[in-house]
Amino acid sequence: MNGSLHLWLIPLLPFAGFLINGLLGRRLPKALVSTVALLAPLAAFLAVLGSAFGMFGAMPMLNLPYTETFGTWLNIGALHVDFSLVLDQLSLIMLLVITGVGFLIHVYSVGYMAHDKGYARYFSYLNLFLFFMTTLVLAGNALVMFVGWEGVGLASYLLIGFWFSKTNAAAAGKKAFIVNRIGDVGFLIGMFLLLANFGTLTFTEIATKLGQDPGWSGGVVTVIALCLLLGAAGKSAQLPLYIWLPDAMEGPTPVSALIHAATMVTAGVYMIARNQVLFDHSPFALSVVAIVGGATALFAATIALVQNDIKRVLAYSTISQLGYMFLGCGVAAYSAAVFHLMTHAFFKALLFLAAGSVIHGLGGEQDLRKMGGLRKRMPVTFWTMTAGVIAIAGIWPFAGFFSKDAILYSAFQHGSLGKALWFVGLLTALLTAFYMFRLWYMTFLGESRSPQVHPHESPWSMLGPLVILAVLSICGGWVGIDRFGSLLASATGPTIDPATAAGGKSLDLILSGIAVAVALLGWLIAHIFYKQKPQQPAQLAAALPGGYKLLVNKYWVDEFYGAVVVKPLMLFSTYFLGWVVDKAILGGGAWLLGGTATFAGALLQRWQSGNIRSYAAWLAAGAAALLLFAFIPWTTVLADIGIHLTQAGH
Amino acid sequence: MNALFSQEVPLIFYLLLSAALFALGIVGFLIKRNLITVFMSIELMLNGVNLSFVTFAHQWHAVKGQIFVFFVMMVAAAEAAVGLAIIIAVFRARATLAVDRIDLMKL
Repeated sequence: MNGSLHLWLIPLLPFAGFLINGLLGRRLPKALVSTVALLAPLAAFLAVLGSAFGMFGAMPMLNLPYTETFGTWLNIGALHVDFSLVLDQLSLIMLLVITGVGFLIHVYSVGYMAHDKGYARYFSYLNLFLFFMTTLVLAGNALVMFVGWEGVGLASYLLIGFWFSKTNAAAAGKKAFIVNRIGDVGFLIGMFLLLANFGTLTFTEIATKLGQDPGWSGGVVTVIALCLLLGAAGKSAQLPLYIWLPDAMEGPTPVSALIHAATMVTAGVYMIARNQVLFDHSPFALSVVAIVGGATALFAATIALVQNDIKRVLAYSTISQLGYMFLGCGVAAYSAAVFHLMTHAFFKALLFLAAGSVIHGLGGEQDLRKMGGLRKRMPVTFWTMTAGVIAIAGIWPFAGFFSKDAILYSAFQHGSLGKALWFVGLLTALLTAFYMFRLWYMTFLGESRSPQVHPHESPWSMLGPLVILAVLSICGGWVGIDRFGSLLASATGPTIDPATAAGGKSLDLILSGIAVAVALLGWLIAHIFYKQKPQQPAQLAAALPGGYKLLVNKYWVDEFYGAVVVKPLMLFSTYFLGWVVDKAILGGGAWLLGGTATFAGALLQRWQSGNIRSYAAWLAAGAAALLLFAFIPWTTVLADIGIHLTQAGH
Repeated sequence: MNALFSQEVPLIFYLLLSAALFALGIVGFLIKRNLITVFMSIELMLNGVNLSFVTFAHQWHAVKGQIFVFFVMMVAAAEAAVGLAIIIAVFRARATLAVDRIDLMKL
């Protein structure tokens, strides 16, 4: 072992794919574009696996976290920032998910985007996303992480607005980008505060400094942690910045699966887990994380209950599950949060891809009310989606059960606030099971509600990833939270061991039992509503018109933001910036400059008589004037005049 | 008084002659209409300058000034060749040599 894992390969391989497809893709044959696009994430995945083997093979020799530095970026006074990449168990898990699920989604995209005009552009963006995402995860300091952070935002913007000729898609891309910027302000201020107080942005150094001095708590650490939380809430679509994610569904469905479900939106969770030392030193900030997570989980789940667009249901479900992860972070169960991040990446990518398969098969139809009876027509999609639905509902022994259970258990053990959040989580689990089975019933079971459409099963390039993800959604949780926690222990701190904690093993079992029972209850309600008594939902909606309206209109949050933030900003921009600053000050200034030049030109134009002798005369006069200027002893003359003037003044 | 009758002509006379030649050249350039006369006025100015060069070269015993004179004469010869060619071409095209009439470049 020569001590180098060549971590730079992991981000740069997708970047090479981006360059090739981005620069030459339009001229290359389609098969070559696909090959490059698929090889890039596959090679990155293999590089990650290689690093993993290198890491564990050389474990006794390597001091984790393992850092590779590729030169200095900034060196200004006390500020020193390196291009450094860091690999530990946490980033390794993230990398495996990103490149592994990313590769599967690339494969799926080959089938899904086969007839799109922007084929090469699509894959170059997707590879660019992988480059930035792996940079974000591997970053050894906050500044390199910020580069990846902004980069994935850019890739997300490009891919949401991929069909930019659709007004909605272009607007959704802008919305995502702008809302993310609000969160980024928090991240930036957090970084400035880190620099000001710790003098470094390197994660390990911050941890060391915090560990050395136990006096760091509350105060400035809380402010830093809350600033970072704002950044994380923007990226991970938490309250109050979640509004961009549902609109992001305007992008192609594989993009929704990769960026807006499995990887990019989990960056906020990763960032909190990466900076957990800061959060651990501030109980207040940690509680805020937990409350934001719990509130978001419940809030988004209630909206998802009544949505009729299949992708929007999944989008709100994603927000809700991200809330779960924040809840996990907030009760200091980082490994449980990362565990849920991983299983969620499997089953949510699966659900989105299966939804994409349904949309593809129905020729672009996304409305649940026009689906139904697809079980026979799309059997593979049906069975894989079933696995995903059961997994997200959290029914044993599917993946979602283990991670959700771990978070709920940790919350229950986290004092009285934790117990309240546990209840919120349980309620969310009930709603989750209900709306996911609602989606399932409305899509696949019963009779087709659009008989004129003839759905077809998708090609195998799309079904293959579905099957693999379905297997992962079933088995992905079996690594178990205990072993997973001990693997992550050095990176995320120890997990609570049920055997020694209060309540013992039996409490763990009781809580698990309650969680599964709640999930099954959700299924049962969905079964009654959408299988046995299909008229029931409409009756309920009619019985509670206020509540139904509130949910269908998503609590009018978009409208509220529109009235409170967007409208005043637009008015300010139009009238003050547009009219006063732009038209009056800048435009007036430019007009004045232009006018002066025109006027002066009109005066001087008379000199250009075209009479050669007048030119010569001016030349001679000029020469004479120069000579005069050169030969008159100006200093003396001016001095004389100066003396004269001062005397006259007296 | 002595200087006026001594063997050496004082410097100022040479310079005055030079200035007079130059001024005549300028005046000629400005007031004459015929292109050839204008051209000759330029030669007159050049020679006025040459005279002061030679004067100073003699005064300061510096050969540089005489070398400059050779340069000026050489350039003047080249200029005469090109200038006369242009004048002939202009005359062929416009059938006039009056500078006021040669105004095609005027807006």
